[in-house]
Amino acid sequence: MSTATSPNGTQPKQSFTSAASVYVNERTSLAGFVKELGRKAFPDHWSFLLGEVALFSFVVVLITGTFLTFFFQASMAEVHYDGSYVPLKGVEMSVAMASTLDISFDVRGGLFVRQMHHWAALLFIAGIGLHMLRIFFTGAFRKPRELNWVVGFVMFILAMGEGFTGYSLPDDLLSGNGLRIIDGMIKGMPLIGTWTSFLLFGGEFPGTAIVGRLYTLHILLLPALLVALVAIHLLYVVVHKHTQYAAPGKTQLNAVGPPILPTYAAKAGGFFFIVFGVLALIASFFTINPIWNYGPYDPSPVSAGTQPDWYIGFADGALRLIPPGWEFVWLDRTWSFNILVPLIVLGGFIVMVLIYPFIEAWVTGDKREHHIADRPRNNPTRTAIGAAGVTFYAGLWAAASSDILATHFSLTMEGVIHALQATVIVGPFIAYFIAKRVCIALQKKDREIVLHGFESGRIVKLPGGEFIEVHQPLDEYDRWKLVSYDSYQPLMLRPNARGKITVGQRVRAAVSRWFFEDRIAPVTRAELEAAHALHHAPAPAGELEAAQSSQH
Amino acid sequence: MAQDDHSGAELAAADSSHAAHDSVASPGTALITTDGFENPGFPPHRPRVTDEDPKRAKRAQRTVYTLFYLSILGSVWAVAAYMLFPIEGNDVDAVRLNNMFIGLGATLALFGIGFGAVHWAKSVMVDVELADERHPVGGSPETRAAAAQVFADADRESGFSRRSVIRNSLIGALIAFPLPAVVLFRGFAPQDQNPVELLNHTMWKQGTRLALDPSGAPIKASDVTIGSAFHVIPEGLADLEHGKLEEKAKAAVLLMRLEPSELNELPERASWSYDGIVAYSKICTHVGCPVALYEQHTHHLLCPCHQSQFDVANHCEVIFGPAKRPLPQLPIAVDDEGYLVAQSDFTEPVGPSFWERN
Amino acid sequence: MNRSKRRTGRRHPLATVALLALGLVFTGGAYAAISSGTAAQAEAEPTSQQTIEEGKKLFQANCATCHGLEAQGTGTGPSLIGVGAASVDFQVGTGRMPMQMQGPQAQEKPVQFTDEQVKQLAYYVASLGPGPDIPEDHLVDGGGDAANGAELFRINCAMCHNVAGAGGALTEGKYAPPLTDVSGVHIYEAMVTGPQNMPVFNDLNISPEDKRDIITYLKYVQDNRSPGGFELGSLGPVAEGLFIWIFGLGAIVAITVWITAKSN
Repeated sequence: MSTATSPNGTQPKQSFTSAASVYVNERTSLAGFVKELGRKAFPDHWSFLLGEVALFSFVVVLITGTFLTFFFQASMAEVHYDGSYVPLKGVEMSVAMASTLDISFDVRGGLFVRQMHHWAALLFIAGIGLHMLRIFFTGAFRKPRELNWVVGFVMFILAMGEGFTGYSLPDDLLSGNGLRIIDGMIKGMPLIGTWTSFLLFGGEFPGTAIVGRLYTLHILLLPALLVALVAIHLLYVVVHKHTQYAAPGKTQLNAVGPPILPTYAAKAGGFFFIVFGVLALIASFFTINPIWNYGPYDPSPVSAGTQPDWYIGFADGALRLIPPGWEFVWLDRTWSFNILVPLIVLGGFIVMVLIYPFIEAWVTGDKREHHIADRPRNNPTRTAIGAAGVTFYAGLWAAASSDILATHFSLTMEGVIHALQATVIVGPFIAYFIAKRVCIALQKKDREIVLHGFESGRIVKLPGGEFIEVHQPLDEYDRWKLVSYDSYQPLMLRPNARGKITVGQRVRAAVSRWFFEDRIAPVTRAELEAAHALHHAPAPAGELEAAQSSQH
Repeated sequence: MAQDDHSGAELAAADSSHAAHDSVASPGTALITTDGFENPGFPPHRPRVTDEDPKRAKRAQRTVYTLFYLSILGSVWAVAAYMLFPIEGNDVDAVRLNNMFIGLGATLALFGIGFGAVHWAKSVMVDVELADERHPVGGSPETRAAAAQVFADADRESGFSRRSVIRNSLIGALIAFPLPAVVLFRGFAPQDQNPVELLNHTMWKQGTRLALDPSGAPIKASDVTIGSAFHVIPEGLADLEHGKLEEKAKAAVLLMRLEPSELNELPERASWSYDGIVAYSKICTHVGCPVALYEQHTHHLLCPCHQSQFDVANHCEVIFGPAKRPLPQLPIAVDDEGYLVAQSDFTEPVGPSFWERN
Repeated sequence: MNRSKRRTGRRHPLATVALLALGLVFTGGAYAAISSGTAAQAEAEPTSQQTIEEGKKLFQANCATCHGLEAQGTGTGPSLIGVGAASVDFQVGTGRMPMQMQGPQAQEKPVQFTDEQVKQLAYYVASLGPGPDIPEDHLVDGGGDAANGAELFRINCAMCHNVAGAGGALTEGKYAPPLTDVSGVHIYEAMVTGPQNMPVFNDLNISPEDKRDIITYLKYVQDNRSPGGFELGSLGPVAEGLFIWIFGLGAIVAITVWITAKSN
């Protein structure tokens, strides 16, 4: 920054702030840091704030969670509840459940903090999900950001782990049945299942250890990992600088936006308080996880509509969609494919999402850095793959509420499940096809606009008696947004140095063909000139105006 | 980072091609056109109304500080609500009011700061955009060479590549040292338990009376009328010192009575029911939720977790959903006093499948 | 299964006169119990014989198509002999009967008869054979032990009706209805008669006092709004997840658009 406003420690006039900054800087060397980062440009777009939604929700989770730890007791010792909630008075329950009830009913503001914690957790993971969708569909995972995608993805998994462990802590009926399902799934795994279940629960389910163990994971291990990964994630953002959308003046070689100090800091700081405020508003008006209804965990009762929190729904839904009979005894051992298949399919899905940046990089062979985010339409195959993935996930997710769908839409639950089985299998293909066609159609429309301008809706009669619609030509700034994108060709198979075509190359060529066979290249200058020449030879733009005015 | 000098506040259009600093990087199969458009550079700056109209600027400033004052009001309100809405006397409504008013105050406090700061940034702060230059993430060739040199020097000075015995023995030691920690995890499960043995048995044994959940009162056969569903635990469960829930998680049973004519029993189980009264494990054979949604006319049992359905009239075979095995049946009889008792334990492990089950 | 069953069990069903006389005594008593303190009591008590006659007329006009002229049952409707007054009071009093159409189960809908007509039908059917009676007032007053009721509710009812009584799905399009605005009398009657596919909970399974506790718990849930604010239908995590995506994240995305839009 040529016009650096950062404290440099040599200002003659000693106001309090400058004195303080001198003091701090001479002990921390912070000035270099401020000089480096203070006036960095931060590209501005609403979709760039989605990651911040996740980050800020996480901060709210940390703040509220810390408060809750001062009251919560992670013990499964049995007590008789004697708090304020009448319908549970005298009921035998674990200390964990009783202390959660005390937070809700006997600590002023405790319910508010508890609800805010849970709502913030839901928003945290939803924010991550939406942020990941934005990254995916705009190709912001491309070089040099592939590893940051991996870091973010690991955080997504850890966040789900955080959510599930937290959901299980109160030892209520709903979460207890959730743990029951986890136990059943673990037991269904070949070879290690039974022992893993005993190790996790410290003996037979439910045991007296699980809440304490989950608590350690929930408040110590997982948050520590998350905080560390958040730091790495943000460090990468600093190193890479933020992506930006194609716009006039924005290039692969610059990052354009308001400076971090003051504008971006004020916006992001303000946004933190807004996210915090939205969560506070929701927590003051909307009940979440009413454990007082669920009661303490007991292996015999269960509630209709037993579901996990939303982010585990896709896994629960996958379990529901398995048809009867997928379990066999073979070699004197039980093979529970009704559990293994969902685990394998979801595991495969997760791994595919995780490694997608590397797959695309391998297919395109593009080793350049990409700092301009794609418009989703300009990479139709990637967008279509994303749409297929979203449909697959949504089908599984919906399946987790198959019973509620049935009652609320007056359907049979068997019908809902059969329909969702079809959705999960066929839906992704349909979504792929539709998304790809829509993208290509939109690209064609962009092309039309670049070549022929906007349709203005005005019909004009030319002096020769011909009627034409006036097309408003694009100015060069608007045109730039529509023509500046990367287009790829299918890979041509060529023998390598030793004159051979390897299998890997063949596969890559096939995938490349699948990716880039249908494509719309950006308009070139020659094409634009040709279009102008063709259309406007008799009446170029200037003359059109004249013709138009002559009508009046 | 070190060479990350900012190019300055002036917006200068740079060349748009990747090539400038990535000249060595392959574009792969990307289409390189020589006939593309030129980046037209930044469009002219458009001033805001607050830049042009001092009155509007004044008003924007007023809005900002009003929002900050509102925030202070919200904080005070939340503190006041904490005191004005105590939780007293087992009253749910008091909790609701406490939650709502503290929450509303906090919301106002947070929104005031948040919207105030954003409005300040948008309307009052100087509207300027900067353009930072990007540099290759990999650093300049000199930096890379210097880093490579550091590694080379370190290798030479330590002899890491040259002294292979030292290096390999260190690698071996590093692989071996976490093993004791892995073994420690064995302590997560009790040392004296055999999981398979435990999963194969429940609390039921010959002569154990069927008792009501949760009271533990024994049940007479005559109590169970047609169409009834009794939620059953073994008598004596409540008196257990330890492992009450663990035993209940295996021993919970649903007792139903059907018209004997509607009951289609397996020949080898003909003696397991009593006058149309049948007892089945309540623990789903899929992943272990309690299967207790009994429909008295269709005789279907439904699991609310994953929608497995079992037909009680047909020895609880699976008719829908992901479960494979029928619910295990508890053989029952009637003792001298007319109470229902178990003939034996379940003849197979109850609950979810596990690897060693066969 | 209860007092009335044992009392009426001694008589031969064909001894119509004796049956009517005794039916008169206990229906009159029960009716008095159920409608004590209302103006209807004075009219109803002395005319119980007439009540049954009126009930019979109503039955033959409205119910006989499916249940037969003597309630003996037909191919489309079950026999009602021995189902008891409780069953009729529940089915007709909640609008489930007369049925609008055949379906997976009878739907709750606006009640087709006046309270008095419902009682007339109930006592007519009760007069045909012994069955569960309409519960006495004190059993449905909600004055029992809510904690005991809640525990029994979780064990015996929540798997179908949901822990907060929000209802739930059953097989093949059937469902357990929400209990959020069902009266205590109807809850009690449902437990003793097992309407539709609901199992029967006789007095030896859940004692009358325990049933009173269950009703007490449900009344508690009805009368006390959730301390946390709106319940979102008490549907649990599904409703919560939808809410945070649509309203939580929706509102925040709208705000992000505002934050990054250039001020004019």
